[in-house]
Amino acid sequence: MQSDASSNEPIIEINDVTKIYGSDVRAVDNVSLTVNRGEFFALLGPSGCGKTTLLRMLAGFETPTEGKVIIDGDDMAEVQANKRPVNMVFQSYAVFPHMTVAQNVGYGLKIDGVAKKEISARVEEALELVKLGGLGSRMPDELSGGQRQRVALARALIKRPSVLLLDEPLSALDAKLREAMQLELVRLQKTVGITFVIVTHDQAEALSMADRIAVMESGFVRQVASPAELYEHPTNRFVGDFIGQINLFSGSASPAGEGKVNVSAAPLSDQVLDGTATGSVCVAVRPEKVNVSRDKPADSNLLSIQGSVADIAYYGGYSNLYVDVGAADPVLAEITNAERGIGPGYAQGETVWVSWRPEDTLLFAE
Amino acid sequence: MDNWRKSPGAFWASFIPPTLWLLAFFLAPLSLIWAFSFGVKTGITEIDITWTFQQYARALEPLYLSIFAKSLWMAGVTTFICLIVAFPVAIAIVFAPPKARMWLLLLVILPFWTNLLIRTYALIAVLRTRGHVNFTLEWVWENANGFLIFIGLGNFNLIGERFEPLALLYNNTAVVVGLVYVALPFMVLPLYAALDRLDRSFIEASLDLGAGHIRTFWSVVVPLALPGIASGIVITFIPTLGSYLTPDLLGGTDSQMIANVIERQFKSANDWPFGAALSFLLMYATFFGLALRALLTKREGMGDRV
Amino acid sequence: MSLLGNLLSRRGKSEIGPLEYHRRLWLRVTVALTLIFLYMPILTLIAFSFNDSKRNVVWRGFTFKYYEKAMNNSELIEAFVNSLTIAFVSTIVSVILGALTAYVLWRFRFPFRAAYEGAMALPVVIPEICMGVALMVFFLRTGFNTGGWVWPFNLSAITIAHIAFSFPFAAIVIRARLESFNTELSESAKDLGASEYQVFKDIIVPHMKPGLIAGALLAFTLSLDDFVITFFTSGPNTLTFPVKIYSMVRFSVTPEVNAASTILIVITVIITALALRLQNRNNMLQAG
Repeated sequence: MQSDASSNEPIIEINDVTKIYGSDVRAVDNVSLTVNRGEFFALLGPSGCGKTTLLRMLAGFETPTEGKVIIDGDDMAEVQANKRPVNMVFQSYAVFPHMTVAQNVGYGLKIDGVAKKEISARVEEALELVKLGGLGSRMPDELSGGQRQRVALARALIKRPSVLLLDEPLSALDAKLREAMQLELVRLQKTVGITFVIVTHDQAEALSMADRIAVMESGFVRQVASPAELYEHPTNRFVGDFIGQINLFSGSASPAGEGKVNVSAAPLSDQVLDGTATGSVCVAVRPEKVNVSRDKPADSNLLSIQGSVADIAYYGGYSNLYVDVGAADPVLAEITNAERGIGPGYAQGETVWVSWRPEDTLLFAE
Repeated sequence: MDNWRKSPGAFWASFIPPTLWLLAFFLAPLSLIWAFSFGVKTGITEIDITWTFQQYARALEPLYLSIFAKSLWMAGVTTFICLIVAFPVAIAIVFAPPKARMWLLLLVILPFWTNLLIRTYALIAVLRTRGHVNFTLEWVWENANGFLIFIGLGNFNLIGERFEPLALLYNNTAVVVGLVYVALPFMVLPLYAALDRLDRSFIEASLDLGAGHIRTFWSVVVPLALPGIASGIVITFIPTLGSYLTPDLLGGTDSQMIANVIERQFKSANDWPFGAALSFLLMYATFFGLALRALLTKREGMGDRV
Repeated sequence: MSLLGNLLSRRGKSEIGPLEYHRRLWLRVTVALTLIFLYMPILTLIAFSFNDSKRNVVWRGFTFKYYEKAMNNSELIEAFVNSLTIAFVSTIVSVILGALTAYVLWRFRFPFRAAYEGAMALPVVIPEICMGVALMVFFLRTGFNTGGWVWPFNLSAITIAHIAFSFPFAAIVIRARLESFNTELSESAKDLGASEYQVFKDIIVPHMKPGLIAGALLAFTLSLDDFVITFFTSGPNTLTFPVKIYSMVRFSVTPEVNAASTILIVITVIITALALRLQNRNNMLQAG
């Protein structure tokens, strides 16, 4: 989903940034990142991973303990929050309750000393952009949550910032509204052409909206890549496990010639796979890549294991089969319920074979 | 909430004791002096309740009006000083780290728990002619004088021939200092509560949109903390207006406030009807302030009053 | 004072963030000056209670002699014991009445409830002087002259007055605590067969406990702190601590008064610390 608007010209450069709270809490640990102009960039991770701290350092509400933040070519070290070329949409929206919608949206322009006439024209324009045209005289408490968020968006966008920062902008909305808003944010970003940096803990949100995603965990950036790349080619166990579902087998690997390793990870033994990781490793495969059959697959290239069906979970369009293969965790296989009436077509306790292609196998160093 | 009829036994058992106490030892005494305020004195202890307004009319004489005005003025000045001092203190406490915040709050409240008389006495010891402030000033003067003599300017009496202790006590300034000393925590607490409730992202949003700290203070913090500011002003102003001890002990003959006049009517002057009328005027002023606050804060619930 | 020093010195470790107002120098100075203003007089008073000089201003060396003098002042001791007795009785009754008031207002809907709530808040808001003179007149007129009774009943009038202004305060604190009560708890107790009284005793009172402690602390300090109402309701023969100190203060500033005041300050600080501790532990138990 690489957008045409984005380029390879960096607009944000984060260089070796560390944030230490108190004496030893490393909220952000030696992070380096580049966000390109016009990009929709997501910081994704579980709560407490440092993504919000990183965003707040871009906004200027936190100062890095070490490292540098460069926005639009300028070092931000000496630049106060109110002088930065970025604007933010807060998680709580922070729409001023004592000002009308129009006063809220026009606040930033008023501070910049823009003429009253221009302010009202631009406010109306910004409200149209977020589909709130004509609601300028309302008070925030007369608006719904979704509308309040649009006010926050308009208020931040009206200053035409180089970068718009969004802190968990959709977390307070209900599921249906959230989905509609995801599409709208993407549309809005393409319309205004401003770089968006969004913080979220919701992988579906990040995968569906962002051009590129940085996955964070306990202060570190684990991988930066496009959504498809993250899902199909995670570079480490955390990213593979955090995004989507995955089967993991721990074991060890030894070199087996040019770009190959010999892996043993119960219940797999002596499998030669593509890869370079040796020593303690982890073999992984996505559930939808796993095939289930009653007979041993004929293709000897496939990795196949015999087991018995431990559990079946029916989800309508697909079913999840949990196959006990003698390892710590059962193997999860996602089966499309292609034929009407028979569901997955297997019974609990039935002996089956699970198999997948070697090229669908992921190998992580541990 | 249940209708009382649903469990009348429990209702009456818990309703009667406090109600009786309030009726007997609060509402009855107040009603008594309320009735007295419409009476006239006919003997040393006899009072005839004639439902006349003459006591209230007397309270409007220039002498008493000026005392009312003076009380309002002193309470107003005290409240204003408290507001100016308490706002930065409340800001500093709210934004301090949690542990320091707890200690600072405790430090501000602690004097609350010290007997008012003792605190006032402590101020007297500090401010009197032969008190600590004057003693320190005298020490400074002597050293300065010694220095002047040392550099050869001793004969010109540049800082006076001899140290004159400042009259820090028994005047209006001393009363205001004492009132501020007593009332400051009353102002800090509601301001603290209001600022604590204020979502910090409002301040951040304002900074993010380009406003400076001072601009943010006036256009975001003050409007949003307005209910707390109103609360602080009212709960500082009301007890201050009715102060008895502070003007009595720290004030001079011309710094008597309304409560001192009331006390005189009930004790040395022995004019209960007039004292009762003055008491009720003070109470009506109090109610007016409370109504104003209710109007400003538009919030209800017993829990907000302290 | 080390905290004050701390306030001023702990800056400059890292850059001050935009919302770290507490680290800005001018705010620190304001806080420090305010605390000095609040504490200097009290601390000076305590320090000079140990000063070996009658003139009270110049430091002449450490002594306990004014404490001895205060301890041997039988009137002072009598006043002290009286005040503590009043505070003790007033606290117990105030907490009971306060808990009942809070319970009634929290639990029941009844006619004129809003007016009732307003009336209960009156003692909290009306000026002390008004309440003081009203009670004085009331006790004189009804002939409720307890001053001549045998100890401790000679303190009845003052104690009654203290309860009258303390229990509405206690009610506010206890009511605030009750707001966090989950009514499903009392419903399930009833469902299991508990009577109205058993629910109150076994479920509601234990939940109230932190509120009861806070209310008791408040009632005790209000009683010890009060001067005005005690001043008006104590007869000529009843000695209470504030009234005794008042007459001494009017007379002059002496180290003996400093010593007596210090003892009272120490007592209040200890009780407050104890109550805070108890409350904290309770809160922690609730949270855990």
